[in-house]
Amino acid sequence: MKHLADLPLWIGVPVALLLVIGATLTLLGTLGLVRLRSFYDRLHAPTLGTSWGAAATLLASMILFSWTEVRAAVHELVLGVLVMVTTPVTLMLLGRAALHRDRAEGHKDVPPAVARERETSGTDGRAGQGASPRPALQPDSPGIFMDR
Amino acid sequence: MTETLITWAIAYAQFALAVAACLATVRALRGPRAQDRVLGLDTLYVTAMLLFVVTGIRVGTPFFFEAAMVIGVMGFVATVALAKFLIRGEVIE
Repeated sequence: MKHLADLPLWIGVPVALLLVIGATLTLLGTLGLVRLRSFYDRLHAPTLGTSWGAAATLLASMILFSWTEVRAAVHELVLGVLVMVTTPVTLMLLGRAALHRDRAEGHKDVPPAVARERETSGTDGRAGQGASPRPALQPDSPGIFMDR
Repeated sequence: MTETLITWAIAYAQFALAVAACLATVRALRGPRAQDRVLGLDTLYVTAMLLFVVTGIRVGTPFFFEAAMVIGVMGFVATVALAKFLIRGEVIE
């Protein structure tokens, strides 16, 4: 490893620290992926690796290659932005797919779908009053888990 | 001194990421339902991407970075396509 030969300490310590932190966070995330009970719990575990696991590793790469190359190496930012943008999209889609499958099979421990308000019922007093355009939820249902 | 520190940090990072890839593979192989397998595969993609980045730091060439980028894009497309398949039963409507 010739490119690591004469590295100053103030570059080496943050790079080593960021590498260790990133790898440890990714390992903890996959450990949660194996250990957690239900799928909806397991969906959250790998985001440890995709948020700060990826960020710390790419930051270490940026710092090191900015020192060893003659110019600043910031092309890792592309990969970081890619990971941070695509991970919520894929996991939302996967969670929706799992919810859809659980509902289709009639599981009891997933929340049911909320019925939409009729389009024809609320036409008289809706316009001009600043009323919320979202459909009213049932009073006994937790609204944040609903699939509109 | 600094070289030894970074060499050990890279070795630890590679070992931890390899173990993480093995755990993701365990979930992808064992997962009781299809969405667990898809989630394990997505995690495996991310872990392999980080492993390529760390290997690129160790070797000192930018080629591993480009391979990591390809893995990242492929992981996104694969997971979205599989999730669409789980919802609809077909990928292209």
